[in-house]
Amino acid sequence: MKAIVCVKQVPDTSGKVAVKADGTLDRASMATITNPDDLNALEAALKLKDATGCEVVVVTMGPPPAEGMLRELLARGADKAVLVSGREFGGSDTFATSQILAAAVNKIGVGPEDVVFCGRQAIDGDTAQVGPQIAEKLHLPQVTYVADIQKDGNTLTVKRMLEDGYMMVKVQTPCLLTCIKELNQPRYMSVNGIFTCYDKPMEVFDYNALKDDPLIEVDTIGLKGSPTNVFKSFTPPQKGAGTMLKGDDVAAQLAGILAKKHLI
Amino acid sequence: MDFTLSKQQQMVQKMYREFAENEVKPLAKKVDAEEYFPKETVEKMGKLGMMGIYFPTEVGGAGGDVLSYVMAVEELSKVCGTTGVIVSAHTSLCAAPIYENGTPEQKAKYLPKLCSGEWLGAFGLTEPGAGTDAQGQQTFAKQDPETGDWILNGSKIFITNAGYANVFIVIAVTDIVPDKKGRPTKQCSAFIVERTDPGFSVGKAEDKMGIRGSSTCELIFEDCRIPADRMLGVRGRGFQLAMATLDGGRIGIASQALGIAEGALEETVAYVKERKQFGRSISAFQNTQFELAEMKARVEAAKYLVYAAALKKQEAMDGKKVRYSVEAAQAKLIAARTASDVTRRCLQLFGGYGYTRDYPIERMMRDAKITEIYEGTSEVQMMVISGALLK
Amino acid sequence: MADFNEYKGVWVFCEQRQGALMPTDFELVSEARKLADELGCEVTGLLLGDNVEGIAKELGGYGADKVMVCDSPLLKDYTTDAYAKVVCDMVNEYKPEVLLIGATNIGRDLGPRCAARLHTGLTADATHLDIDTAKYIDFLKESSTIDLSKQKFDMEDRNLKMTRPAFGGHLMATIICPRFRPQMSTVRPGVMKKAPFDQAKADACQIVKPAFALTADDIKTEVLSVEKAAEKLVDLIGADVIVSVGRGISKDVNKGIELAEQLAAALGGGVVGASRAVTDAGWMSADHQVGQTGKTVHPKIYVALGISGAIQHTAGMQDSECIIAVNKNESAPIFGVADYGIVGDLFKVVPELIKQIEAAKAAQ
Repeated sequence: MKAIVCVKQVPDTSGKVAVKADGTLDRASMATITNPDDLNALEAALKLKDATGCEVVVVTMGPPPAEGMLRELLARGADKAVLVSGREFGGSDTFATSQILAAAVNKIGVGPEDVVFCGRQAIDGDTAQVGPQIAEKLHLPQVTYVADIQKDGNTLTVKRMLEDGYMMVKVQTPCLLTCIKELNQPRYMSVNGIFTCYDKPMEVFDYNALKDDPLIEVDTIGLKGSPTNVFKSFTPPQKGAGTMLKGDDVAAQLAGILAKKHLI
Repeated sequence: MDFTLSKQQQMVQKMYREFAENEVKPLAKKVDAEEYFPKETVEKMGKLGMMGIYFPTEVGGAGGDVLSYVMAVEELSKVCGTTGVIVSAHTSLCAAPIYENGTPEQKAKYLPKLCSGEWLGAFGLTEPGAGTDAQGQQTFAKQDPETGDWILNGSKIFITNAGYANVFIVIAVTDIVPDKKGRPTKQCSAFIVERTDPGFSVGKAEDKMGIRGSSTCELIFEDCRIPADRMLGVRGRGFQLAMATLDGGRIGIASQALGIAEGALEETVAYVKERKQFGRSISAFQNTQFELAEMKARVEAAKYLVYAAALKKQEAMDGKKVRYSVEAAQAKLIAARTASDVTRRCLQLFGGYGYTRDYPIERMMRDAKITEIYEGTSEVQMMVISGALLK
Repeated sequence: MADFNEYKGVWVFCEQRQGALMPTDFELVSEARKLADELGCEVTGLLLGDNVEGIAKELGGYGADKVMVCDSPLLKDYTTDAYAKVVCDMVNEYKPEVLLIGATNIGRDLGPRCAARLHTGLTADATHLDIDTAKYIDFLKESSTIDLSKQKFDMEDRNLKMTRPAFGGHLMATIICPRFRPQMSTVRPGVMKKAPFDQAKADACQIVKPAFALTADDIKTEVLSVEKAAEKLVDLIGADVIVSVGRGISKDVNKGIELAEQLAAALGGGVVGASRAVTDAGWMSADHQVGQTGKTVHPKIYVALGISGAIQHTAGMQDSECIIAVNKNESAPIFGVADYGIVGDLFKVVPELIKQIEAAKAAQ
């Protein structure tokens, strides 16, 4: 039995975000982190491992330096890592990305008892598309926005959040779940995990490793295989500054303005 | 000397920082204000391997190295001096002497539980009439000739972690033998005492200026009976064991002092950028800039001494026959003075706000002072250093 | 590549929960109407559910020419498998040019699954849509810092230009899907303006019930129950007054929230929102969050208390009619979007403000 976790390395948009003159992101100047929701996905997998002793495999698509992130995830308790990396994969939109990741997951192999975990969405694109699209391409049932998981044999009972409540959903393995932060509290790397993470297996899947999968075609991956294109990207203008109220009676000034504008 | 951090050391540092920020910092004010011993933090640190960082996995340790341990105490102390010393006393003063001197049975019995944080460790040497002084020791251990049990009588004071520890390394006089001139001389031995041993009790906690959440109590031995196999190391060599243990302990306290100084400096840098006086940020004043610059340089200097001591201890851990007493004493002397100096000067930059408990800087100043006192005062460190110089 | 001439019409997937339409449906139908007018085609609502024909006509009142109703007990509660199958079968059969889906927790589950199956592109969480290039250029004039004099546009371009925020709102990206049909987008709830309801159009709206194949075997998940949240969730999107709190309340979280509630009440009854720092810290539940990863709001009055104004937050509130900011730090970015700013400690400013507002109201 396996838990496969799809993760992404993202620029830390909670800090300072640098934009280049041409309106694209200056990724080089920004710190990278593991996408926060993906840590919840990993934690869900590690909880499954704690309960059943299953193997946890983390997989990411990215440039070679993403190995550093994968080592950290091994230090948190994952058993094995797969880095999907290749020039041919560059420029992929969510459709093409899920095509490639689905092929990678196929190569890792999804058994009848296995679960694929993804984060709900990545903080760079906020699309929440790759999880469901991997599920579609692997013909797996999916449950998104997962806030609780109970496992009984091959049956999972899952709490799926809605804006105004939640659904309880029953699903059989193999399946794909996308996880939200309410699901769990991700564990830290452990000291021993850190000192052993470089001894754990890390495989690199390049184009040649995946090219025999029917999902991998010239027109299904990379820029060429991406149905969507960025037409324009731009920075929104800053709204002009308003009035700074000054003096000892700022509260009275503001109340006066609001009354005058009939806002109160 | 190579201070380049390995990939693993960079990773543990990142992990400690996240842990300190998310788990330790939010409790720091309560720990100080309510003399709260952060049991839940100890439990979490145990799960992460932080209660036995540099011991091998065979004895339940995390398989890390001494520098990774030093960085843990440093990062914890940046946000909470109490939490830093809990780890330091537990690791350096209890787990380390058992690892270095214990029989295979003693190691098997104590180290896995200590390294996992299930048991907390402490160390008892200081007495009302004696600190780093063998002849002043008044705690005696007498052997029962029939059973071989040891019976301890006396007391120890200022014992860090005492209120919550399960295992204590205790130094007691076992023999009085004539020295070369025929004068009676006390010889000490080390013992492992468990909290549940009959005749052992923990006295009331001290009301301290700083590290207020750290549990500092008296240990009381009233016909405390422990089995013969609890003697740690060689009979009559207990004082030497204690001194060697303190060499390691001083590296831990030096790391604590370093962390407190760094934490104060970080708080101050953030504050001076925000705080405005006379219409500009106080970071724009040259006095502020020069103060920060000098403090930063002193903190870095202390850091190199602390890390150098850690690397030297690592050599000993790796089986080399090296002593690190002088390196540890130098690190502690300078780091402790730096901590006291830097926290005091940081508070000055904070001005009136720094004197209030709304900001952590006055707590850091109070926490810093102890590092010049415990596990050998600064004066004792200077005796160690000058002793080696004038040998 | 598909023959684009076969694809006609703008479709809206109209989400219902427990047999009731979602507010987003009306926003999307209203927006679809504008796009369809530019394209010269029909707006079709696609409504899936169990016995939902009765609620379909209302969509006509916002601009739908036609609603295709797929009724089945198997469609009562949302399941990915059933809904994706019916939606994809309908699209393959009737070939719309554009398919819009509300970016709700359900729409964001359904959209990507369908796009992957249909082999087409999907834009996530669009906040602005254009067909007509001239209108798109007008939009850029107002909403971007692009120097348009240096840009070339194909004025004949009829692709749907789907604009969305990325990187926490720091960047806007306009996405197109030039080689595949339908052009799909999920659309952020609360962003598109709902058209005024027109009863005559609702009456004229045509209801069709297309044939579709769906069996229980198609559905691999089982919905055991659907629960409404026990505590009433705050309705940020519909509120006229929102008083939001940020990290500035950390000194006394409960007092800070209480002051915000009192201020909201003084301002005529409003709700309390929060920045991400506050919901991440667990001081308030996630449904209070305003911003890029929270809700987009445009109330009449928006008060930001102790919120620094990271773009993550301002992206969700900058279109409010009147923004008031209180912050200790005079260089806080929130003052850059505020209409009125007060530099000060919220714990001191807010009680005085409440007092003065009550006095001003009494004087009226």
